[in-house]
Amino acid sequence: MTQRLGLDSAAVAEARKLAAEAGRPIVDLARTHTTVSVERAVLRLAGLDGADDEGMPWVNRLADAVRGSAGLEHGIALPAWDAMVTGGYPDLAALATDAAAGRVTFRVPEGDAAGAAARAARLAVGRGIAVIDARRAERARLLADPGDPPKPWIYLIVATGDIYEDIPQAQAAAREGADIIAVIRSTGQSLLDYVPEGATREGYAGTYATRENFRLMRAALDEVSRELGRYVRLTNYASGLCMPEIAALAGLERLDMMLNDCMYGIIFRDINPVRTFIDQRFSRQVHARAGIIINTGEDNYLTTADAVDAAHTVVVSQLLNEYFGREAGLAGWQLGLGHAFEINPAVPDSFLLELAHAQLIRELFPDAPLKYMPPTKHMTGNVFAGYLLDAFFNLCGMMTGQSILLIGMMTEGIHTPFLSDRDLALENVRYVRQAAGRLGESFRPEPGGFIERRAAHVLTEAVALLRKIGTGGLLTAIGDGTFGITRRPADGGRGLDGVIERAEGYLNPATEILEAGG
Amino acid sequence: MTVIRPYGDTTGDGRVQLSFTLPVRFGDATERARAEGAALQLAAKMGLEPAMVVHAKGMGPDFTYFIVYGRVSHLVDLSQVTVSEREFALLPPGEVNLRIRSALGRELVVVGACIGTDAHTVGIDAILNVKGHAGEKGLEYYREIRVVNLGAQVLVPELVSRARAERADAVLVSQVVTQKDAHLANTRQLSAAFRAAYPDQAAAGRARPVLVVGGPRFDPAMAGDLGVDRVFGRGTTPAEVASYLVHALARRPL
Repeated sequence: MTQRLGLDSAAVAEARKLAAEAGRPIVDLARTHTTVSVERAVLRLAGLDGADDEGMPWVNRLADAVRGSAGLEHGIALPAWDAMVTGGYPDLAALATDAAAGRVTFRVPEGDAAGAAARAARLAVGRGIAVIDARRAERARLLADPGDPPKPWIYLIVATGDIYEDIPQAQAAAREGADIIAVIRSTGQSLLDYVPEGATREGYAGTYATRENFRLMRAALDEVSRELGRYVRLTNYASGLCMPEIAALAGLERLDMMLNDCMYGIIFRDINPVRTFIDQRFSRQVHARAGIIINTGEDNYLTTADAVDAAHTVVVSQLLNEYFGREAGLAGWQLGLGHAFEINPAVPDSFLLELAHAQLIRELFPDAPLKYMPPTKHMTGNVFAGYLLDAFFNLCGMMTGQSILLIGMMTEGIHTPFLSDRDLALENVRYVRQAAGRLGESFRPEPGGFIERRAAHVLTEAVALLRKIGTGGLLTAIGDGTFGITRRPADGGRGLDGVIERAEGYLNPATEILEAGG
Repeated sequence: MTVIRPYGDTTGDGRVQLSFTLPVRFGDATERARAEGAALQLAAKMGLEPAMVVHAKGMGPDFTYFIVYGRVSHLVDLSQVTVSEREFALLPPGEVNLRIRSALGRELVVVGACIGTDAHTVGIDAILNVKGHAGEKGLEYYREIRVVNLGAQVLVPELVSRARAERADAVLVSQVVTQKDAHLANTRQLSAAFRAAYPDQAAAGRARPVLVVGGPRFDPAMAGDLGVDRVFGRGTTPAEVASYLVHALARRPL
């Protein structure tokens, strides 16, 4: 990617250094704590699936039982596999059934018993990681044949609530040109402290993320990928209270991209900040291993705050997401940092401002598959004006080399897109790509001109905000309402009761394997 | 003039534009002619005659998209238009904030919860969380509203004491579960508890909080019967709730 804005490299380096300083205490927190969902993800990687008669997953039943007797301070692996070994259970499902019925007393094993439990746990979890590795290799083969589509990848959303309706819609969208299908989750799933089971047909404004739904949709897209001669990627959400478990399921079922932001759940869903950061680190370690591209959610800040005034908060969040992502082992090509085209079209020079922001982010993160989000806030219901705005969004995305274009809908905010809305939106992007796809080659902002000055200004503001965060720490900044506009104190929000400080001798076989790499 | 027609470019021409999709194939010449005929038939049944298909495009093997222009035969009688008015005006967030500032001179405090055994926080979260609902941000987004969201399965006495401790101006309760009319019983329990807790509205210099309940099975006409100030039904948006709160608080002595 050519550098066109003459950015001050010292300012860029300082911004990265400050982001790392702000993030480091958070990483320390994540290294010294665990959560109920991280421990349940260990069970999922070890092959425990399914739910009881009430639909409550066995991983929840088992984790609750262990927490109730032995505690989770040492991790779930030691007490669970100690019970497996000493109780002579054939598998985790049998143990979970007994544990849920109150027939198992768990302990934290010591000495030889601890060694035996750890060996058994490592073996079981290792098998799950091996499945994730095999899925990644399978994706690599499919990217070679039928093949990887050229960027920008066209990203489309389906959200009927019924997986069996989603499938034909997703296949139709792929045939019409979508490179990536995202299945939006049902409203409220992020606040469930368990992952629903099975194929689901009743979601509200979206479809539940379940392992079976993942499997069904991936199989349908594999079918259409062969038909079209290009690999169609599948996206879902590793966010909310079950982020680590959903990350594990995504890896096991070969999802390709996952929404996974460092602060989204905190700001927009009032999930406890500490819980979020711990869950996030584990989920990113899994994504790194699975070859999954994460999508971060900076576009959301601009739906609450003004897109001009808050442009620098997007950059700050991207730098934090980059730091946390890299620390968790994600490669540059896996960091799908997000941003959006949300400036009020009534603002003079709004398109120049959009170009400045988009080009700034392109140059700050040259390796990242940037995800560019279309206008939503200033879509008024005038579908004709909205269609025009979407065309300008597409043009800006082409000119500044964005990697993933979420396709804007002229009926944004009116209804879930009609079949025809999606078709028209794809016609729009096809036209812009064909007419101006190579315009970026000749895009040279005037040195010292409006675009260059605007980009430099946003970078300066980002550095200033990072300095401010540095003095009080990131948790304090979030508590003070620095991002979005909402205050989220570290001891507030949902899910704090699921955070557990690790004790001496804590064992997590998944983290061990993921941190060892290989 | 009380009887009017749509205006294209001449008074009384009745011209309108319309776009829609039909589940018909747009393949060979016969299929195309059939598809356009189908579109014209629909247009005629909608009162567009004559109508003209100006654009038809196949979308995949099974669908065709149409843009149709036509002259609509219907008349509009303005004297027959009835406007059902909310008892309050729907305000944008900036205006809500402004009115709170000028009326209260401080933040408006909202305490929200799902009460009883109801664990469905989808409704209360859609109204309260920044994330919001239907493209509108929730009440947390409003600078002048302080939201205390107690979540699910909150007991009524706990809700009353939190409302007191937070000096709540309004209490929002969401009820999704309706088995054995649990939502109605819970709401009556709620209103009775608040009446008992705030027997003399003037004594503390503050009236009891405005009581608002909502859920997909509530009938907004039941507020009086349930003893609450306002009931919101299915499809309520955060802006409606915020606008109502401003309206309700402006009417009250503080």
